[in-house]
Amino acid sequence: MLDTKYIALIPLLPLITFFVIALFGKNYFPKYCGLLGTVSLVASLILSATVAYQYFFVAGQVNGVYQPIIAFKYAWLQFSQNISIDMGIILDPISVMMIIVVTFVSTMVHIYSLGYMHDDPRRATFFSFLSLFTFSMLGLVLSSNIFQIYMFWELVGVSSYLLIGFYYDRPSAVAAAKKAFIVTRFADLGFLVGILILAFYSGTLDFQTLIYRLTNNTDSLQNICAASFMGVSALTWGLVLVFMGGAGKSAMFPLHVWLPDAMEGPTPVSALIHAATMVVAGVYLVARLFPVFSYCPAALDVVMYVGAFSSLFAAIVACTQTDIKRVLAYSTMSQIGYMMFALGVARYGGESGLGYMAAMFHLFTHAMFKALLFLGAGAVIHYVHSNEMKDMGGLRKLMPVTHLTFLIACLAIAGIPPFAGFFSKEEILTAAFNHNKIIFGVAVLTAAITAFYMFRLFFSIFYNKEYKPHEHDDHGHDTHTPHGEAPFSMLGPLLILGICSIAAGFIPFGHLVTSDGKPLETEFHLGFAAGPVILALISIVLAFVLYRKQSAVPDRISNALKGIYRAAYRKFYIDEVYLFITKKLIFNLVGKPAAWIDKNIVNGAINTSATVTENLSETLRPVQSGKLQQYAIYFFAGVLLFAVLFIYLWV
Amino acid sequence: MNNIGLEHILFVSIALFFIGCYGFMTRRNLITMLMSVELVLNSVNINFIAFNKYLFAGKLDGVFFTIFIITIAAAEAAVAIAIIINLYRHYKSIDVEDADQMRF
Repeated sequence: MLDTKYIALIPLLPLITFFVIALFGKNYFPKYCGLLGTVSLVASLILSATVAYQYFFVAGQVNGVYQPIIAFKYAWLQFSQNISIDMGIILDPISVMMIIVVTFVSTMVHIYSLGYMHDDPRRATFFSFLSLFTFSMLGLVLSSNIFQIYMFWELVGVSSYLLIGFYYDRPSAVAAAKKAFIVTRFADLGFLVGILILAFYSGTLDFQTLIYRLTNNTDSLQNICAASFMGVSALTWGLVLVFMGGAGKSAMFPLHVWLPDAMEGPTPVSALIHAATMVVAGVYLVARLFPVFSYCPAALDVVMYVGAFSSLFAAIVACTQTDIKRVLAYSTMSQIGYMMFALGVARYGGESGLGYMAAMFHLFTHAMFKALLFLGAGAVIHYVHSNEMKDMGGLRKLMPVTHLTFLIACLAIAGIPPFAGFFSKEEILTAAFNHNKIIFGVAVLTAAITAFYMFRLFFSIFYNKEYKPHEHDDHGHDTHTPHGEAPFSMLGPLLILGICSIAAGFIPFGHLVTSDGKPLETEFHLGFAAGPVILALISIVLAFVLYRKQSAVPDRISNALKGIYRAAYRKFYIDEVYLFITKKLIFNLVGKPAAWIDKNIVNGAINTSATVTENLSETLRPVQSGKLQQYAIYFFAGVLLFAVLFIYLWV
Repeated sequence: MNNIGLEHILFVSIALFFIGCYGFMTRRNLITMLMSVELVLNSVNINFIAFNKYLFAGKLDGVFFTIFIITIAAAEAAVAIAIIINLYRHYKSIDVEDADQMRF
């Protein structure tokens, strides 16, 4: 066993930093908040790396199988003998991998923000929120109790809300923050009900006990399978509801509407929260409960179809968007859909667990190259002061480092060897091919579209036309002053992430993270791998032809595909459908009657009782007249009355 | 003269009591009202003395109580007159109808 007490420091360091910056930073050391946050996070990163080394190479394996280790556990709220909400830390391959991802990307984003947020007057607030988020996310991935994960789940939601609405003077940012909060909260309702169903039947909230009871032939398992609601077993309901929470956080269709709007936040936040870490919490959640999911193929099918549909849907929408951050947002959604259906096609243990391992692998590589893409986009936005593609173009000469790293990231996400995305995508495609040919077809199609829209983005930013500084900008600068590419604090993280986007693919993931902890030998078929790569290359060439030089061809194509293009551009009217359902149906059919009852019946009862009281007191008031002799008469009359009572009635 | 019985004395006491009450309710002058209250108190005193003498001749409780009430009445008169003087300074009158500000 490894000494485990120090692991608690990994999440606690950012928490302490959050309190210090939030309470004292603004007034006493506004200039050094970012530095403080970064240093404490680097410390967290070093600790995480130590833990990872200890776990993967020293102490984690028993007989060649990775065992979960409870680093510590403290019963926080004891409800009964068996049910308690614990604060604990669980170490298993996925949680150890996740703390590496979270602390690493967060460190990169912190360093990047030192440059990006340099001139912002509220950067102390910004860094305190970042620390809060990092703490919550680390707490989430290390949770040993399903209710603990729920609490941290809400905490990351709050941090996300705060950071999306960071520019609170923009109405669009406020609206986006509210939207993200409400949509994810709606999904979390399902999550909570799911937790309660699972906890009710298994009689525990502890992950390990819960998984044990629901995967071995115990009374709990028999009961939860026997109970059914609307023809579906309670186990399936519980898992699907838990997945609903995950789908909300991970922006799966149809709960994805908040993610593109969430790009209103500062770009480093988009990189950290809405690309690399928080949005994969849903994938992580399914992976955490994977042994239970694998006992319920119906729930896994839901995961698979939702994931596959989301990935294709988002990829198509991404082709038509013109805001570069929105393109990246949809691409995030698409890639998370990839991870989801990879989990959906997996089963517990052995060869069939390939999808699980592939999903985790893709999560890892995606965190690297997507953070890189967002940070690169941030550098571009920093330079151009606009999010719109039409304001860009021809930046290759002006921003050489960004150009290079962006190219690496695009190649990685397109799945071109030897970049990281190729390896993880390859595993996912293999897993999908072994399980379900339709899903495999969707996946290949999505991969091709992904390559196309990523390179559309790439060529539109860096080639296409000569760069002309434009007059108008959104960031409040009066005139556009040409400046260098970006400060070193921004380029450094880009370079580091660029290297990681190449190197991450060579990590032997199959030996480290698998569904049952046993090493999994992954096979590599050249013929099988070549197909998707060639398709991706064709897509890249297509994007090259269309967007390398400014031309009228893309417009002509979009005109030819008028209806489809418009639908995709408007994101297939999902937002409008939501607005229709909420504003037209729910507000009119539920909200208005409820408001009427509130106004007339509830308020009416209160008002009536108030009026009655007032009238009564108005009537009674003159009794206190201030006239002494009047009081004396009342008093005397009272005495007489009592005398009469005592004499005639009492006796 | 025949013996004077308890009833005779009680009649005097009751008369005194109601005269006091009547005076208290009809007079407007605060000093007169105070005097009426003294009448009521004295009627009670007479009651105490009478019951003590006729029913519990061997005891002194009623007498003591009467002396006690006389003492209290003296103190009460002092306080009441002080209040009346203050009212007079404020309203330039000792009419009870003028002092009706203590109300809703």
